[in-house]
Amino acid sequence: MNPAAAIRRTDPAARDWRRVLRMSLRALRRDIQAGELRVLALALLIAVASVAAVGLFTDRIQLAMERKASELLGADLVIAAPNPLQPVLSDAARQQGLQTAETLSFRSVVLAGEETQLAEVKAVGPGYPLRGGLRISAAPFAPDRLADAIPEPGTVWLDERLLQVLRIEVGAAVEVGARQLRVAAVLADEPDRGGDLFSIAPRLLMNLADIPSTALVQPGSRVDYRLLLAGTPAALDTFRSWAMPRLATGERVQGVREARAELRVALERAQRFLHLAALVSVILAGVGVAIAARRFAGRHWDSVAILRCMGATEALIVRLFTLELLLLATLAGVAGLLLGYVAQHGLSALLGTLVSSTQLPPPSWQPLLPALATGFITLLGFGLPPLLRLREVPPLRVLRRDLGPVNPRLLALYGPAVLATVALLVWQAGEWRLALYVCAGVAGTVLVLTVAAWGLVKSLSLLRGRVGVAWRFGLANIARRGPGSAVQVVALGLGLMALLLLTVVRTDLLTSWRDKLPADAPNHFLINIQPDERAGVQAFLHGHGLEGAELFPMVRGRLTMINARTVGPDDYENPRAKRLIEREFNLSWAERPQEDNRILAGRWWTVAEHGQGVASVEEGLAKELGIALGDTLHFQVAGQTVSARVLSLRKVEWDSFRANFFVLFPPGVLENYPATWITSFHLPAGQKALLAELVRQYPAVTVLDVEALMGKVREIMDRVIAAVEYVFLFTLAAGLVVLYAAIQATQDERCFESAVLRTLGARRAVVRQSLLAEFATLGLLAGLLAAAAATLTGYGLAVQVFDFPYHGSPWIWLLGGGAGLLGVGLAGLLGVRPALAQSPWRALRER
Amino acid sequence: MPLDQAGPSATLTPVISVPSALDLDNCSAALPAPHPPIIQVEQLGKQVSSPEGPLVILADIGFAIARGECVAVIGASGSGKSTLLGLLAGLDTPSTGRVWLAGVDLNSLDEDGRALLRAQRVGFVFQSFQLLNGLTALENVMLPLELAGQSDARRQALELLERVGLKARARHYPTQLSGGEQQRVAIARAFAGNPDVLFADEPTGNLDHKTGQRIIDLLFALNREQGTTLVLVTHDPELAAYCDRVLELDEGRLRARSAAGARA
Repeated sequence: MNPAAAIRRTDPAARDWRRVLRMSLRALRRDIQAGELRVLALALLIAVASVAAVGLFTDRIQLAMERKASELLGADLVIAAPNPLQPVLSDAARQQGLQTAETLSFRSVVLAGEETQLAEVKAVGPGYPLRGGLRISAAPFAPDRLADAIPEPGTVWLDERLLQVLRIEVGAAVEVGARQLRVAAVLADEPDRGGDLFSIAPRLLMNLADIPSTALVQPGSRVDYRLLLAGTPAALDTFRSWAMPRLATGERVQGVREARAELRVALERAQRFLHLAALVSVILAGVGVAIAARRFAGRHWDSVAILRCMGATEALIVRLFTLELLLLATLAGVAGLLLGYVAQHGLSALLGTLVSSTQLPPPSWQPLLPALATGFITLLGFGLPPLLRLREVPPLRVLRRDLGPVNPRLLALYGPAVLATVALLVWQAGEWRLALYVCAGVAGTVLVLTVAAWGLVKSLSLLRGRVGVAWRFGLANIARRGPGSAVQVVALGLGLMALLLLTVVRTDLLTSWRDKLPADAPNHFLINIQPDERAGVQAFLHGHGLEGAELFPMVRGRLTMINARTVGPDDYENPRAKRLIEREFNLSWAERPQEDNRILAGRWWTVAEHGQGVASVEEGLAKELGIALGDTLHFQVAGQTVSARVLSLRKVEWDSFRANFFVLFPPGVLENYPATWITSFHLPAGQKALLAELVRQYPAVTVLDVEALMGKVREIMDRVIAAVEYVFLFTLAAGLVVLYAAIQATQDERCFESAVLRTLGARRAVVRQSLLAEFATLGLLAGLLAAAAATLTGYGLAVQVFDFPYHGSPWIWLLGGGAGLLGVGLAGLLGVRPALAQSPWRALRER
Repeated sequence: MPLDQAGPSATLTPVISVPSALDLDNCSAALPAPHPPIIQVEQLGKQVSSPEGPLVILADIGFAIARGECVAVIGASGSGKSTLLGLLAGLDTPSTGRVWLAGVDLNSLDEDGRALLRAQRVGFVFQSFQLLNGLTALENVMLPLELAGQSDARRQALELLERVGLKARARHYPTQLSGGEQQRVAIARAFAGNPDVLFADEPTGNLDHKTGQRIIDLLFALNREQGTTLVLVTHDPELAAYCDRVLELDEGRLRARSAAGARA
């Protein structure tokens, strides 16, 4: 056996775990007392808390969704269609031993005296609901009870909101289309109420038998017909396989699994986004951890050299520090979990009611483990590599202080951090592509910032000849520490960028968005205008000074073939494409393109082409369904095929709130098919009474109050933004930690240098000035870079995501530069204040 | 506790072959000794690369130090004293030649092996004390005992602190102690675990004369009590005169053999 091996076998300290643990605990206590671990702990705390908060919150949402899933349909199986269902379906279901009930829903304006309100009308037949129950009460907000039947013919149940808006009570009469009905109860809850997220209008529940007398359901009206089914799983399966091949176009089967798929997808996406937002904090915290761990390691070179000199092996050093780090991660992690638990209540308060009207179920403990794991991964990936280098500290350092660990390979130092980042991203994003985008985004930002910071740092030397001694020393310091200064500027810049994005850019984006809508943008739509009502409605609008209200024809048709290829929902992966192809399109015709339409490819038709089989397609739809210029589209319209060659692709500004169409034809093609007409107009505030009059004259016409809709959309947006902002608070905190870590990173060196300066006779004021010069310059550079990066991000978001022009505010430069200059300058000065207060002798001796 | 009876050294003895027949002609400073030498140096050299080509720091050094002997290494600044100390203690590796420490060829050990050998056999006293600022005086003294795997580290450390007259200050941190007190703690730490060899690098360099004198008295007294071999690096001829023997370095070479000095 060789002597080295023989000796290694006798390494008692490294093998005795209890002793290593004791030594690590002592080191941990000492380092905590000395404040060495503050930044590391804080960064970990933030990382764990942000992941825990988001994890716990999304867990609660998921639990709520699962709990509700069985009642979401009000049945076990539903067949839905935009047209009346084939009677054979319900007959067969009953024959096969299933319970059945029918419903029909649409939107309509409900009148009560002078008050009008767009409501979601649902007419239900006997037996409804088959699963779950209706709850009603005698007065708004009074205790509710389970209803034992559906509304009697001639009566309706209104939800509290509708009663309030119409300013009526139970017992009053409301007009629904041509029919007057009595309010018999307050509808407190119904099982298959649409998701709260998308239900804009309040609910009116009525008896199916009253529908004909309202005259609201006309050919071409938008109505959702449903057949509800319930029974044993075996009977349901039998029926399902019997019915599937017999379904007519438009009829689709929904089981509990398919129910609310849209909402589920939307929520999953939102959750993923929140997770990613939390991850940005984690990555930023990781940067803080890396900087802090580097400093921590640097400050332990001496003690490690002494330990090595006294006979500590590399293995022991590694174990000691790894254990200390793990102990710290456990402490900070548990604190982070507690903070995350508290913070998720905030998220639930912001977003919870969007999902469920009742309180969310309490979270499970499951999400805590991944959160804690995130803390450990961050620490190991970002913090361990610099600490592991401690084992390379040569024991000879006790005699020669210039010796340190050999310069590490970049890969060894940053490889684990990159790996940890990618692992966390893939884990949280759940897919490679999204993770890759985020990775590329982060890497690109850091790279650009680094190059810019390096350039700025280098260009500072031009200034040095023109400033006084203190400033010269400060600037010289920045240039001397070139790469280090650039890293500091980047780290400071990242922190400041998070701050600017949350304040200036967000406000700018919202302002730009609001500015885009002129004050007289249409706020009401009239749909379902019958051909014979067209002239009357137009006259009515003109008569009341509602100018510019152009009426557009609308013919419903289903896209069945593209060129020679038959298309159906199964041909598309994308849920939106599936939905689009399943639905009937609103086809229209026009002589000229509207102002808010822009031809992207191809050309508009000439007068000679009127009556020809050509069409113009909205570019988003074309992309979604794979339609190219020159393709021939075949639509099924009222049982006949209408074919058209795609002559142009259009870009449509949907949020102009004007009536717009996916597919337009020239005049002379669709005129002979059944059409309804649509228009939009701006109704000045205070003229709502006009609507009541209009609806009384034309009961089949549906008024869509988009102002309310926009308000609701805006409310949802605001809440989602608030939730994202809330999560970004963690990002902000992580950014501040990075700032602090970056300032602290070179503090020791600066303390020593200021001691040298003072020993050489520099007054304290001069030293302070030179430090202020250095920090303020670093801060200013970082602030300006952050402003540039934040502006670019805002621009990218506006143009690429929200699709509107972005006018960055000049304030961002002032705020970024100012915050950097003052914040970093003052924070830096505060950091070295103790050193300035200390005698220079002591500072020199402690080095 | 005599080290020969300690567990770790018991495993060392059988596997390590000590150069049995010492070639005294090659040992420029060898003395007749009752035991094999505790330190044996043969043709030791150290050179480093510099912008002007290889720079020779030490060349052709050879000597032996007997167990219990007290040897001073003197020389001007830059003569290679500290480099020699680093090589003797296994803190650094030579470019040429060999060092046997407690019978073990240091070249045969890797860095961890040398660390363990230090933990078991070697103590240090430095000019700049090299105490860990975050640890109390007691914890500093306990450290080598813990590294050597001793079970009653606390008791032994307290005894040593009592021996250097600092028991009352056991819970004080280095920054709360004077320079002389810090060096006394360092001495207590150096003797913790009964090392075979104690290396002292300018132990009084950072102290005033009077305090330095006290430290030297303490160092030699403990050395006598424990029968430790002492290798003392200094530029102070007065201090060197306390030792049995003086090795003088001049530009990286051993210059002369000095007779045993008057031991205080």
